[in-house]
Amino acid sequence: MLKKLTVSAAPHLHNHAATTQHIMLDVVIALLPTAVAAVWFFGGSALKLIIVAVISAVAAEYIWQKITHKPVTVSDLSAVVTGLLLAFNLPANAPWWLAAVGSFLAIILIKQMFGGLGQNFMNPALASRAILMLSWTGLMAANILPHAGLWVAPAAVDAVSVATPLAHGATGFTLWQLFSGNIPGMLGETCKITLLLGGAYLLIRRVIDWRIPLAFIGTVAIAYFIKTGTLYSVESGAQNVLYQLLSGGLIIGAVFMATDYVTSPITGWGKIIMGVGCGLFLFIIREYSSYPEGCSFAILFMNVLTPLIDRFTGSKPFGYEKPVKPAKEAKA
Amino acid sequence: MSLYTRFPGGIHPHEGMNGKSVTAVLPITEPSQPARVVIPLLQHIGAPAKALVKKGDSVKMGMKIGEPAGFVSASVHSSVSGVVVGVQPCVLANGQQAECVIIDNDFKDEWVTREPAKDPEKLDAAALSALAREMGLVGLGGATFPYSVKLMPPKTKLDTLIVNGAECEPYLSADHQLMLSKAKEIIEGTKRMQVAFGIEKVYIGIEKNKPDAIALLTKLCADDPSFIVAPVPVRYPQGGEKQLVYALTKRRVKTGGLPIDKGVLVVNVGSCYALYRAVYEGTPLIDRVVTVGGCVSKPANYLVRIGTPVQWLLDASEGLLPQARMMIYGGPMMGMAINRTDIPVTKGCSGITVLEKKLMPKPESACIRCGRCITVCPMLLCPSDIDKAMRKGDFDAAEKLGAMNCLECGACSWSCPAKRSLTQSCKTCKKVITEKRRALKRKEEAK
Repeated sequence: MLKKLTVSAAPHLHNHAATTQHIMLDVVIALLPTAVAAVWFFGGSALKLIIVAVISAVAAEYIWQKITHKPVTVSDLSAVVTGLLLAFNLPANAPWWLAAVGSFLAIILIKQMFGGLGQNFMNPALASRAILMLSWTGLMAANILPHAGLWVAPAAVDAVSVATPLAHGATGFTLWQLFSGNIPGMLGETCKITLLLGGAYLLIRRVIDWRIPLAFIGTVAIAYFIKTGTLYSVESGAQNVLYQLLSGGLIIGAVFMATDYVTSPITGWGKIIMGVGCGLFLFIIREYSSYPEGCSFAILFMNVLTPLIDRFTGSKPFGYEKPVKPAKEAKA
Repeated sequence: MSLYTRFPGGIHPHEGMNGKSVTAVLPITEPSQPARVVIPLLQHIGAPAKALVKKGDSVKMGMKIGEPAGFVSASVHSSVSGVVVGVQPCVLANGQQAECVIIDNDFKDEWVTREPAKDPEKLDAAALSALAREMGLVGLGGATFPYSVKLMPPKTKLDTLIVNGAECEPYLSADHQLMLSKAKEIIEGTKRMQVAFGIEKVYIGIEKNKPDAIALLTKLCADDPSFIVAPVPVRYPQGGEKQLVYALTKRRVKTGGLPIDKGVLVVNVGSCYALYRAVYEGTPLIDRVVTVGGCVSKPANYLVRIGTPVQWLLDASEGLLPQARMMIYGGPMMGMAINRTDIPVTKGCSGITVLEKKLMPKPESACIRCGRCITVCPMLLCPSDIDKAMRKGDFDAAEKLGAMNCLECGACSWSCPAKRSLTQSCKTCKKVITEKRRALKRKEEAK
């Protein structure tokens, strides 16, 4: 009997209900409604892209770990999350190989080359999206009108081009269209209902913290309220708070991208700085750059700042008291 | 809603089989006496006691067999009557060897002459401290800090006395049962300290999962307005000294400091009872309550003579169950895993916890920076960063991150989804940094 006993370091109890795999599974569950919405609005081509992206992400991780003789960790599901998020950052009419290339870039170039899970300094899916945007600008243009509930076979996608909600001189979309996702855009960013549902699930499961999403969305709202002075009106077109909040990648970015553990600050105040920073950069890019949308760049920028933010927001230990300066006492 | 302040961080660890819900209702029983006791001369923080007996000596129960050697040290007494069969090094729970007095029990339980203190009501701090040194009193909450030092007349005025009956460690019910069976004695012991230090306010902090103990003590304290029985929330580590002080008084004990700096004296309920017996009976510390919980056939709370081998307790509890995979000396969060049963129960041992297979640790994976360790750390540290510094061997960075403030509660390791041994890293850092500081001090003294 005694020989069977394990001897290890304290504590001897562990929260077995929370493992990396459980957390990643929760994120996948939170993303699933959005995947369903993407297929609902964009048809079979969306399904094809999601499947290709997830399979290539997992395959990329597996192949890399085999080649480099590292323990294979695909079972932690982190590659599945990356694949799903990458697919959500593709337009419906993107060719399937773009999804595969994007996943390989995300997993190998951005995640594994910097040391694998926990070591990458940028969100893999977002960094990959940025590379794809710069390399295949035409293919990454999200100007496909959704089919609104009709199942369309992948081959039958006809490119009905329209301007995206944020493009300069866009035709107005109703608030309900923006909220439900019946607008052109990247696969996963259009349907705010399912994104917020997923976000609520992650908050309830305590996978994500409220600070980053709230600070992010709040900053954008305040910035646009200061600029436009209107919460919502049909006449103001895109120049009001609600229209801006529900357009582009803000919601998916705030809920799923900026909250990525690895590339966001771990301290409480750091998270707020992260959210505010993302919001400010998004506002600046949307309003003052030649890009109509800047959610991914805003988040990537803050990703790079994360180590710095962490360094300056670390809390003092419980009971820390500022040392009394003896010099001042001497003067007195 | 609680009346008391919530300390930062904290967790709610889950127990396996035969946890607190089972052991909390088991009254204290006394198992049969062991045929041989092994009494370590080092059962406290500080210098080991110096042996006063040698092989062949016959000893009586309560006879002093170890003399404190140094300022921070405590006496050691024989817990049985019988014959000393040797004074030699034996293995203790931490895996290290220490000098022990081995005594063969003659089962006569002959006491030495015990003398209750004269005028117990008039004892001052100096007298209590001297008595604690003589009677081998140490903190029974686990830290085993000698009470001769703790009860020294303080330089600053103390205004609050906190009796720690939180017992937040999973599985353990020793303090709970002691409060139920010796409530009056605990209060009397506490009053001696209250009087000696001229303290106005006494809190008895008990976690809300012990409603019977709270009710009993509240009833017994009803006639003394200076006593407040404080039901505190059930959250680990509620019984941590700094956490309990903060919860009850809102005072933050300074980093690296003691509650005394803030005018608070914190004592464990077991120590209050031990003090009572020392004052009113002249009985030295020769036994304590030990919970045997978890994966054993018969969980129990035993009154155990110091020096009883663990095997004796396991036999009394009819052995380990087949699914047992880990035996812990103490509670599961801060105790030490052991794989031999000849280890003696010492003054600081509040339980023997046996864990089953499904609770065994899982292999570690990469840190995903989820920040859970930071959220749960009661000392507001960043365990994942300290862990990274430790793995790099950068102990200066670990010191800057506040590693020395770690109270080793284990909340970070418990909550880590990547199952990294964060607490162990902090402990390693503390050890290395302490060594470094000592070396620096020696160097300066040499100059």
